Amino acid sequence: MNEPANPIATLIWTFGLMSLFAVGGANSAIPEMHRVAVDVHHWITDKQFADAFAISQLSPGPNVLIVTLIGYSVAGFFGAIAATLAMCGPTAVLAYYVSRLLGRSSHSRWPAIIQAALVPLSVGLMGASALILALSSDGSWMAALVTVCAAVLAFATRLNPFWMLAAGGLLGFAGVI
Amino acid sequence: MPPDSPPAAVPKPDISAPVPSSQPGLLELFLAFAKMSLAGFGGVLGWARRAIVDQHRWMTAEEFNETFALCHFLPGPNIVNLSFVFGSRFGGLAGGLAAFAGLLGPPMLITTILASLYSRYGEIDALRRILAGVSCAAVGFFIAVVLRMMMPLIKKRDVVGMIILIAVFVAIGLLRLPLPAVLLVGIPLSLAITYSMRRRVPA
Repeated sequence: MNEPANPIATLIWTFGLMSLFAVGGANSAIPEMHRVAVDVHHWITDKQFADAFAISQLSPGPNVLIVTLIGYSVAGFFGAIAATLAMCGPTAVLAYYVSRLLGRSSHSRWPAIIQAALVPLSVGLMGASALILALSSDGSWMAALVTVCAAVLAFATRLNPFWMLAAGGLLGFAGVI
Repeated sequence: MPPDSPPAAVPKPDISAPVPSSQPGLLELFLAFAKMSLAGFGGVLGWARRAIVDQHRWMTAEEFNETFALCHFLPGPNIVNLSFVFGSRFGGLAGGLAAFAGLLGPPMLITTILASLYSRYGEIDALRRILAGVSCAAVGFFIAVVLRMMMPLIKKRDVVGMIILIAVFVAIGLLRLPLPAVLLVGIPLSLAITYSMRRRVPA
């Protein structure tokens, strides 16, 4: 770590700020997480980023936990906690105050307009997340094929995603990917 | 309606707002959110709806949708925002914190343990191969989620929305521009377009 500042402080500042731009949820911020953690700070490699995504999908809980893994790789246990709370705390407090405010004047049509305006932005961000994750994960044609099959299966059926992840892990273990 | 409804954190002007069948305490909030979070695999939202609306009847489906819509258009992890807003409705700040801690605490500890295992054993060949396979499948699942979210825009033939979507995709995914810069341009632009379109076509 050749950061001059305290790494925990850097984590808090980085993810606290990032959370305010996570329009539509934590997954929208994946490209920014990748840019910051891999390209700017060199905290982790591209491959480790893909692994962090895989582990965060394997573990229970909200998707935001990829931040916990990035935090851990920077500053261990306290890094994990600090990064997670920085990503989740400020926006939760913001949501609390906005919900109280809106509760008093709930017939405004602004919430609907804001929401309609933010949906395409947030889906575009998610699409960019998908692209960046695919570039990090799919190093071979077989890997790309597995991704495409999983995408088609998940889109067309209501299959529990756990089985897809398990099948992917099995194929990886067998050395197919 | 009896005038003795409990002093909720969010005063509802809605007359038909039903009094929830039970008022959850702090421990109950913590446990309920911990449970739905640990059950939630590939997203907690479905479990949250089931627990809050169907199981505990703490909210009606409409109230839940309204609360979620609010948490969805605000930045940050939606379901985490929802836990705080929901909890604070029943127990003020303490209730918000209890639900927030329940949702985030246990899975955060599990993930931290997994992270430490990964940092120790992540270089083992078999594990590397398994994780590579899992991440391929996980990305596929993620792509399907994005496609599902895109379908309403396509069905509505929302051309403007699709152009904004593609512009953001190019700026972030291909050009790798910083997120704050893109949003500081994108949000005002999208808001202005949406607002002016709604004025012209009163839906």
